[in-house]
Amino acid sequence: MRKIHATTIRNAVRELCIRANAELPRATTAALREAFSKERSRLGKETLSLLLENAREGAHERVPLCQDTGYAVFFVELGQEVRITGGSLKAALTSGVRQGYRQGFLRASIVGDPLLRKNTRTNTPCMIHYDIVRGDKLKILFLPKGGGGENASALKMLRPADGIAGAKQFVIETVRRAAAGACPPIVVGVGIGGTFDSCPLIAKKALLRPLGRRSKHALYARLERELLKEINNTGIGPSGFGGSVTALAVHVEYQACHIASLPVAVNIQCNAHRFRSITL
Amino acid sequence: MKKILTIPMQKEVLSGLRAGDALLLSGDLYTARDAAHKRLFDLLRKGRKIPIDLRSVILYYTGPTPTPPGRPIGSAGPTTAGRMDSYTPFLLERGLRAMIGKGPRSNEVKDAIKKYGAVYMAAIGGLGAYLGRCVTSCKVVAFRELGPEAIYRLGVKDFPVVVINDGTGGDFYEATLKRWSRAGRIRR
Repeated sequence: MRKIHATTIRNAVRELCIRANAELPRATTAALREAFSKERSRLGKETLSLLLENAREGAHERVPLCQDTGYAVFFVELGQEVRITGGSLKAALTSGVRQGYRQGFLRASIVGDPLLRKNTRTNTPCMIHYDIVRGDKLKILFLPKGGGGENASALKMLRPADGIAGAKQFVIETVRRAAAGACPPIVVGVGIGGTFDSCPLIAKKALLRPLGRRSKHALYARLERELLKEINNTGIGPSGFGGSVTALAVHVEYQACHIASLPVAVNIQCNAHRFRSITL
Repeated sequence: MKKILTIPMQKEVLSGLRAGDALLLSGDLYTARDAAHKRLFDLLRKGRKIPIDLRSVILYYTGPTPTPPGRPIGSAGPTTAGRMDSYTPFLLERGLRAMIGKGPRSNEVKDAIKKYGAVYMAAIGGLGAYLGRCVTSCKVVAFRELGPEAIYRLGVKDFPVVVINDGTGGDFYEATLKRWSRAGRIRR
């Protein structure tokens, strides 16, 4: 068994929180640059060029790219030959978030109770998804997920007869409804299949795929291409100011599902598409 | 071409703004998002005084990040305006004339904007670091205990916005959709 101390994890998470919020991943910057060259609306182009300047400002000044520094979402891959010492993994992740958000001047955006709505002031608890995998490594991926994109996201249990056309229609409707509120150009994560609980999760995981890389499955790759085209045809454009680029990418993930069901989930991510991972 | 405007705006300037105008604002903005809106609404409904003069302020829907050393503010981009929709017609009735946020408003809000000759402008979502740099000063005005949801007075310089809804009923989001959408047919 390989041992990893909880303190090592906490410190790594603290850094992840701070850097992920200020540094736009290279792939996102590249996608914004490509969007700039493709965009045909003047105001859309200006918006994209400001967003690129925003990315420079974030990285140079170490200031969060967006004031919504998100719900702290983690995707953890824990090798089954790893033993965590000095405390629990969950406690280490949580205290990493608490420290990172305080020391990095990140906004505390979590209320402890959805109806009473009192801010916990620490941006905790965080949302942790665990996967037990082979090996002796611990991979932690941190995704700060803002409220704008989450609020615009949706899940629908379609009928199997609704098929591909129904799934497409639901995705397009969701994007249209999201419009400028979700901070376009957006990244669209789509989950098809699975269960009522797993479908939105694969939609979220779809966001983490290298930006613009197509599904390995030809049917889903085609679906991604068609959806991207349809979404860009909506005309919503950068920041909703109109134009030809509404989405940077559409990623579709699928899962086996029940003979009676066709769940479809759409998880929307804003133009500040940022996440960061570390392997210990 | 961007219009450069200083705040407070003359009444004629405000009523002359049209959907689609791109502006650079300089002067004071007052922040208020979900929790501050609820407070303002509750106070006014009880007939109490509120800590800002609705008739002269521009409300900016934002909840900035905590201020790091050496800057007036952290990141300070717009939040979704639709969440304030249930309070906005009431505030417009009480004198509010200008708001900044992002995303479309409800029909009730658009009607009230037209009725009172107000204006709704959008800042660019996801532009928090850049917009924070446009802020020259930041001071808590009320509801400090709400943290990022408190009301702050932000001094801003060359703060970029686009007019979405104007006092004549103009709607930039709708106009752009008409102009830019290409009716793609969903393949069966």
